[in-house]
Formats: sequence, C-alpha cells, structure tokens
Amino acid sequence: MTHTPTDAAGPQATYEAFLRSGRFMIQRSRSTGEYVFYPKVVAPSGATDLEWQAPSGLGSVYALTVNRDKAGSYNIALVELDEGVRMISTIIGVESVPVGTRVKAEIEGTGDAARVVFRPLAGAEEAR
Amino acid sequence: MSRDYRGKAAIVGMATAGVGEAPGFSAIELLGLAAVAALRDAGLSTRDVDAVFAATSSHAFPTMSVVEHLGLKPRFFGGTNVGGASFEFHLLQATMALEAGLCDVALICYGSNQRTAGGKLASMSEAQWHEVPYRTRHPITAYALATSRHMAQYGTTRENLADVAVAARAWANLNPDAFARGPLTREDVLAKRMISDPLTTGDCCLVTDGAAACVLVRAERAKDLHDRPVYFLGAGGANWHRSIQAMPDLTVTPAAESGPRALEMAKVARADLDLVMVYDAFTINTILFLEDLGFCPKGEGGRFVSDGNILPGGRLAVNTNGGGLSCVHPGMYGMFLIAEAVAQIRGEAGERQIQDCNLALCHGNGVTLSAQCTAILGSQAAL
Repeated sequence: MTHTPTDAAGPQATYEAFLRSGRFMIQRSRSTGEYVFYPKVVAPSGATDLEWQAPSGLGSVYALTVNRDKAGSYNIALVELDEGVRMISTIIGVESVPVGTRVKAEIEGTGDAARVVFRPLAGAEEAR
Repeated sequence: MSRDYRGKAAIVGMATAGVGEAPGFSAIELLGLAAVAALRDAGLSTRDVDAVFAATSSHAFPTMSVVEHLGLKPRFFGGTNVGGASFEFHLLQATMALEAGLCDVALICYGSNQRTAGGKLASMSEAQWHEVPYRTRHPITAYALATSRHMAQYGTTRENLADVAVAARAWANLNPDAFARGPLTREDVLAKRMISDPLTTGDCCLVTDGAAACVLVRAERAKDLHDRPVYFLGAGGANWHRSIQAMPDLTVTPAAESGPRALEMAKVARADLDLVMVYDAFTINTILFLEDLGFCPKGEGGRFVSDGNILPGGRLAVNTNGGGLSCVHPGMYGMFLIAEAVAQIRGEAGERQIQDCNLALCHGNGVTLSAQCTAILGSQAAL
C-alpha cells in the first residue's frame, strides 16, 4: 500500500496558475520526451516524470468549425502544436481559416479570464 | 482467447414506446412502457426479470430507477454508460451473465422524453475544463471538427454529407413509425441553416422522445419464448478518448477496433451481413463508420454514399428504419439499432423489409466518437 503525496498542486491547477501569470506552459516527460496536453498526472506512454515547458507556440489548424447561433458566430479550432499535441482553441482576427493554416499562440485576457488563442501567421513569419 | 459466447443467448422480446412525440410521459415511464411490452412479446412479465441493464443521460443511477419503477429485484445489473453505444455493450454483458448462470432473464432498456421536455432536460454530460474557454457546444462542435478534418484530408464534400441524410429519409419514407417523413433532396439539405460549419440542421439527427427495450435469455430456452429468436453472435467495444481534443486521428474512430472484434467473436464475414445499422447522430457518422467497419476504404465513404450504395435498393442495406437522422433519436439511439435489426431478422419490417435478413450488424456510437461498440445479431439460420 502506497500513500501518494498530493502536497504540490495538480496539473490542471498548475496550468491555470501559469495562465494567470501570463505564461502558456505544457508538460513534457523527461524520460520519453513526449509532450502532454491537456495536463495530466501520467503520459500516454505511462511516464510520470512530467515537467513544465514553454512550447514554441507554433502550430497548425488540424480542424475548425464556425459555431453559428443567435448571439453571433465564433470559430472553434483544434490546433496541433508543433510539439505534437492538440488543443481546443480559437483563431482570432478571422472568421475562419483553412485546415493546415499555420498559427501562433498568444494569451488573451488576464487573471481567471486568461486563455490561449491563436493568430494566423503572416506569409513572412510562416516561411521562417 | 475469450470464451465462446456465439449463439449463447437470444433476444426473445423487443419493443419500443413513444417513438417521436409522447407528451405527458416522463422518461422512466416511457422506458417502463417499452420494458413491459418487450417482456409481453416474450410471454414474460416484470416478475421474471432477474437482470437489468440500462444507461441514460438523465438518471445518475439508471438501473436503480428502472428497478424501482418496474418493481424488480434483480440479482445482476449493468449500468455501463458509454453514451449511445452502451446498449450494444449491454448485449455482450447480458450474454456473459446469462452464460455464467448469474441470471436467467435479462432486460436491456432505454427511455427519454428529450423532445417534449425541451429545455427542461438537463444533460449530465459535464463540461470539459480545457474546452470551456472556447465555448464548445456538446456534441455538435466535436462532430463538426471531425467533418472538417475528413473534408480537408479526403476531399469529402457537403454534397456527400447531404446524400447520407437523403438516403436515411428514403428509408424513413418506407417506415410508418419514422418521425421525419416526406421528400428530401440533396439541395434541401444543403439549403438548411448552418449551425456549426460545415454541418447544417439537415446534417443533425432528430430530437425525439422514445424508449426501447429487449429481453434476452439463454439460447436453449429461446424457442420456448418466441418462435423467431434473434441470437447474439458477437460484440466488441473500443474506447480511446472522451473529448474530441484527445481523439488520436479525427478521421479514424474506435469502430476500426470494435467492428473486427465483434465479427471475430461472431465468426461472421463482413460480406455475409444482410443489414448494417450504424449510429448516425450526424451525417459524417455514417461515412466514418462505413469506412472504419470496412465497407469501403478509408477516405472513400463520401463517394460510397453518393454512388447510391446506401439508398433503398442499393448495394448495402444501411439504417433501414431511417436512422437517427429521420426515424428516431431520443438522446441516446443505440437501443433503436437493435430494435430495427430484430424487426428485420424476424421479418416484421413491412414495406422496408429486406429479403432473407439473417445477419445484422449494430454499431453504437458513444458521446463524441469516443466509445464504439459493435454487436452482431442473427436468425436461427445464421447459427
């Protein structure tokens, strides 16, 4: 019988604390190198030596929908980060973009309202 | 190697209740009506039931609610809840329990008043914290994302999607019990209101009331209770994620695993199936599941449906009741796949009856392409 310590905050709370302080951080396993999102206590491989790392912020739109209701329209995207993990987010400044569009993360809002959003990369940035 | 469950149990009672609109009835009352009718179909009563399997999205403890409402005292129960796919898995669990001698009469049941309850029905599906800031809408956002990916990756078109809805309606027009009947063209579907690109209201399943229940017993007893038992031949499940965020590849569902598992247990070749019932919550579902279950190559589902293969008289009999798109969809639809398979195998399907229906596949889908459960049912000739 093992008593597992829970003295540090859990992955979700830690992620949200980073966001409140204006940082976008994701988990990576020290031993396997795999990235994990959303934050969890164990990686898909079974690795538990997860540490926090700032991703490049670059990614591609993997899938996208524009939700349309009486209050207006907004897009919801599944963005695949260059680190290989996906996250639900939104592409700002546009109604819609094609699947495959290169995007870069930024943090929108502050405090508890802070969230990671993505902006399409301009041509020159994309080429870099 | 698993034990052999092929042909060890049979459905001897099957009924639906309140399909479409049933004002004045609660969900558990509709479920109860279907359960009592299914038992009567088998020449049994509630007093005979000693195992209950149920899942709903409005009861925290569905088997308890069923037990209490029907006055049962079961010695075995299964409340596995993997959304609309639960009931195909309950078929396997009921067969296992019967075969193990842990029960003698198993009731599998579902009921919902989702349509008449309107906004008063609270779904118990909790929000996913990492989706909340982006205002995802359950479940359509997930299916719209999967559709957008399939279109980008394989060139699937909105016309292909519309043709799924058109085929479902064509079958529904042969089914007097279907809720949505009447002419429907590709152009009609394309012209409907966009809800979540690229899905219009025409790409979404119905919101109806409805309940369904079936009764299983061990095979050796089946003939005493119904002259045309429908035998359990095999089933398999697979579950890879909950939120669409964690789905490994949005164009490949766990049906790619559950289907082969079910066919292997049933010792049935795909080409021998007479009827294919797939859970069509959205038009993309039919395309994804036909691909993942191996009826056409991956990426070809759109062209497969647009070539007329799933229309009445087409190469493959798919969703002959009209599906969730045009027949019935009361929140969870999995039980109604079984109801149609039983009707077809018994030869009770009227104008939509397919010839010599001896082998049927029922493919249940749970939540957001998350859990997939496939079951194979057959007539006595298929044993």
